[in-house]
Amino acid sequence: MQTTNAPDASVPDKNVPPQSRKKAMAQQPDSPEQSVPRLNVVHLAKTYGSGENAKTVIEDLTFSVEAGEVVCIVGPSGVGKTTLLKCLAGLHPVSSGSAAIDGRTISGPPPEMALVFQDYNRSLMPWLTVRKNLVLPLRHMRLPAAEVKERCDSALEAVGLTHAEHQYPWQLSGGMQQRVAIARALAYRPEILIMDEPFASVDAQTRFDLEDLCLKIRRDFNMTILVVTHDIDEAVYLADRVVVLGSKPARVLKVIDIDLPAPRDQITTRSLPDFAHQRTDVLSLIKRPA
Amino acid sequence: MNRTARNSLIGAGTPVVLLALWWVLSDQSTNAFFPPLRIILERFQQLWLFQHFQSDILLSLANLFTGFAIAAVLGITIGFVTALVPTVRWLIDPLIHFLRGIPPVALVPIFISLIGFGTEMRVTSIALAALFPVLIATVDGIRSVDQDILDVSRVYRLSRRERITNVILPSAGPQIFSGLQVSLQVAFIVMIASEMLGSSQGIGAMTLLAQQSFMIADMWAGILLLGVIGFAVNMIFNLVRRRVLAWYIGSRRLAKSA
Repeated sequence: MQTTNAPDASVPDKNVPPQSRKKAMAQQPDSPEQSVPRLNVVHLAKTYGSGENAKTVIEDLTFSVEAGEVVCIVGPSGVGKTTLLKCLAGLHPVSSGSAAIDGRTISGPPPEMALVFQDYNRSLMPWLTVRKNLVLPLRHMRLPAAEVKERCDSALEAVGLTHAEHQYPWQLSGGMQQRVAIARALAYRPEILIMDEPFASVDAQTRFDLEDLCLKIRRDFNMTILVVTHDIDEAVYLADRVVVLGSKPARVLKVIDIDLPAPRDQITTRSLPDFAHQRTDVLSLIKRPA
Repeated sequence: MNRTARNSLIGAGTPVVLLALWWVLSDQSTNAFFPPLRIILERFQQLWLFQHFQSDILLSLANLFTGFAIAAVLGITIGFVTALVPTVRWLIDPLIHFLRGIPPVALVPIFISLIGFGTEMRVTSIALAALFPVLIATVDGIRSVDQDILDVSRVYRLSRRERITNVILPSAGPQIFSGLQVSLQVAFIVMIASEMLGSSQGIGAMTLLAQQSFMIADMWAGILLLGVIGFAVNMIFNLVRRRVLAWYIGSRRLAKSA
């Protein structure tokens, strides 16, 4: 059934929560509901500029993410991972191909998506306290005050920063700041959480903690999570599937299913023989001369 | 005693020492142009604290603040429109850069001929001269807002209004305040100049009148008053700045000590 009266995806009704907005905006209902992946990327390409100066960053990417999955995208640095995320987040238009959520083509920032940036230093608002950073994205939803409070409380608790809610981000350590950024995403209650090298600028111990936090979020909030990373161990540890990208321009070399048992644990999972095998699989793909 | 306390003591002490030195050295002065400070202060008290307080000091200050407030509101508003609307930017940018090149004081004679000698002329001159520093700083401040933070606001679907008031304005705040500080100085200069050139009232007019009628002690008293006002106004401005930009000052201090 064609829903012709669907509102334009770029100007959704602000009073409707994301969940119900999603149904009202379904624009490509031709395929059966069940078989549509949550996030589907088909022949996506991105070229900057035109004519002789055209620079193709992404050549042809096809992969999908099912609901509730954690998928990691790995590839050598400079491969265009950040460009890909900006396309998926609706910040940059794609040059050809498409990216779709639940069958709906992404043409602007999708309401059911939140993004955690690599550089926590520049993605949090330094003039707002931790709690106000969390509240700001919720304001346009016009939620009841009690729900805003509940969302922020539970998000802060999930990342273990309840005690720091009245501090400013710049008063916190790097790892804590990135947890604030994650809490902001959690309070937004997205269905899809996208993270761009989220743990690249924190120390190793914090990194392990944040990786486990990521898995905990998936479990507790039942989110679909897409993580871009250049760290192969991290990708194998976190993911249900790893999408290995090759350069340049970016294309999918292989999608590897990771079948390590859940729940994963920094010590036992990483010492499994399977972990080493899968890590080697990914590494050999990336190390291979292009 | 910690470092800040010692520094502020030195900061307060220097003018006191200089004043004392002036007092002692000028006490026996017979030079008509450099009367003893004792006499200057006497005249200061007689002139400014009673006789002309309401008619001249308050008048000058009212003009200063009205002109500065108009400049601040207009400058920030036009700055936002200029920085955010490309068409306006192409139209206004060259004009701004031409107008800012004219020394602010040079505008006063034009306004005297256009509007006359009244309060309107003085406020208009102050406002127009003080407009450009804050306007230019606002445009620069908005253009240098970090792309990441703009991306964040788009991903979280902030409305246009939220983006302007909650993201762009605070982010450009430090630069806007630097512009405002320059605007305030310019406003102060033009306040005095407008009174000297086209008025019989105000601190500037009184000071010039004293000089022309060879009442040198009165002239010095006027200059002293301007110094005190300039100092006080700047101090108030810094107090406001420290309050509004507490997050910025705090984060900078922390970044430096780290």
